[in-house]
Amino acid sequence: MKWYAKTYISVMMAFFYLPIVVLIAYSFNQSKSRAYFTGFTLDWYKKLFTNEMIMGSLWNSLVIALVSSAIACIIGTAAAIGLSNMRRVPRMLVLNFTYLPIINPEIVTGVSMMLLFVFFKSKMNIPLEFGFPTLILAHITFNIPYVILNVMPKLRQMDPSIYEAALDLGCNDWQAFSKVVVPDIMPGIVAGFLTSLTMSLDDFIISYFVSGATSQTLPITIFSMTRRKVSPEVNALSTIIFIIVLTVLLLVNLHDSRAEKKMRRLKTGGGSIA
Amino acid sequence: MKLKWTASPYIVWMIIFIVVPLLLVAVFAFTDGETGGFTLANISHVSEFTPVLMRSIWLAAVATIASLVIAYPLAYIISRSSGSGRRTLLMLAILPMWMNFLLRTYAWMTLLENTGLINRLLGYIGLGPFQMINTQGAVVLGMVYNYLPFMILPLYSIMTKIQNTAIEAAQDLGANWVLVFYRVVLPLSAPGIRTGVTMVFVPAVSTFLISRMLGGGGNLLIGDLIDLQFLGNAYNPNLGSAISLVLMVLILLCMSIFNQFGDEEEMEGMLL
Repeated sequence: MKWYAKTYISVMMAFFYLPIVVLIAYSFNQSKSRAYFTGFTLDWYKKLFTNEMIMGSLWNSLVIALVSSAIACIIGTAAAIGLSNMRRVPRMLVLNFTYLPIINPEIVTGVSMMLLFVFFKSKMNIPLEFGFPTLILAHITFNIPYVILNVMPKLRQMDPSIYEAALDLGCNDWQAFSKVVVPDIMPGIVAGFLTSLTMSLDDFIISYFVSGATSQTLPITIFSMTRRKVSPEVNALSTIIFIIVLTVLLLVNLHDSRAEKKMRRLKTGGGSIA
Repeated sequence: MKLKWTASPYIVWMIIFIVVPLLLVAVFAFTDGETGGFTLANISHVSEFTPVLMRSIWLAAVATIASLVIAYPLAYIISRSSGSGRRTLLMLAILPMWMNFLLRTYAWMTLLENTGLINRLLGYIGLGPFQMINTQGAVVLGMVYNYLPFMILPLYSIMTKIQNTAIEAAQDLGANWVLVFYRVVLPLSAPGIRTGVTMVFVPAVSTFLISRMLGGGGNLLIGDLIDLQFLGNAYNPNLGSAISLVLMVLILLCMSIFNQFGDEEEMEGMLL
């Protein structure tokens, strides 16, 4: 890499990580102040685990993300399979509506879902309380498009003759589907699940409009704090999350580069060095 | 596989949770809050907020262009680096996304305040203090910081597909680096630019909170206005729906003009 490329990367990394360094530093600050650093402490990490509001909303976030991503994967994968077998015009129609929640500003999606749930309650007498149920429904809704978008390309790459071969070899429809098609598109489903999970965990705007007073997700709890003062316990929690994500990414990275080296060695007919 | 029916649960879901909610927004926008009758008052009321709308579009456009200018060389450098270096750089570029965006914005408050870290550092070398928070510049900074990964990722994924041989061929044929950029790299990366611009502009124009946290009370954007009508002091869901509808139509219109060359396949590939 040339020196100017290196300089540019360094400046950008400083920009990316400046606020994060600040955030992590203040999780070790003795006082609650975010203006002055008064001394090193691990107190906030201890207090974090007894803070019911933060731990409760973290738990809510995790449950909502896992449940909504799983349901979105089932509905979305089925939809992708159905859509890829539909004719072009109806498929384009459905896909255009599918893209809507992605292209539309999140605030409009949030507001529209809030109106829907109010409509359910007041006009249709469906006893749907704002909180856990509405959060799950909203998260499933904005997760499904990501699953469809991840699974559709995998279906398109799939060779249809493999499915037919499975039928010829004596599979019934269901066996051919579960033993041949599903494993083939699995990478797409996993990618869709992971995308949904991150979207769900990070979502603030839509959750903000459909959550009730009782069940809050972590971003909503953080939001209510930013209006007054963010407790350093949240900084401590973010630091922990940051370290977990960093570790996972490093492990994946390590695994990938090992696999790549192995591939290269095989290709060059290696073993000579090892 | 002849499985068409498996799409039906989703189509039902889509109608209930995507189509009906948007219809409700439209119904609310054209309804009088008290009598429940049809009215155009809400829509015409929106025109009073034209300055806010213009400010939202202006700040989001500045942030989008800044993101593109910053992200383009970065994505190019990452896409041209080798194996593990490439993966590490990409990881470092998207890692900040995993920190909650409210906290990141809050950290910028700490940095930008009049008695904040940057002003205190500048104070040591005898400069400042500068008024940085509660300015439009701070809002743009917040947008760029928060949405930059959405520009880097599509640019990166399209640039990795540009073969080095294409660049080398252009050089062999006598093109200098300016020509290589305009004739080879830029046209080949155009779909990535389209996706990146969409993915930064839309959230930036409709953001609320970034403007409230970094822009003070005077730099409210259209998103803040909508929030105030639904969950804030100015409670008026009919007006809020009218503003949402106008915002949505404006953005869909802009995007369809902007993306008229993009096709379905490109769209699917680029969002990943």
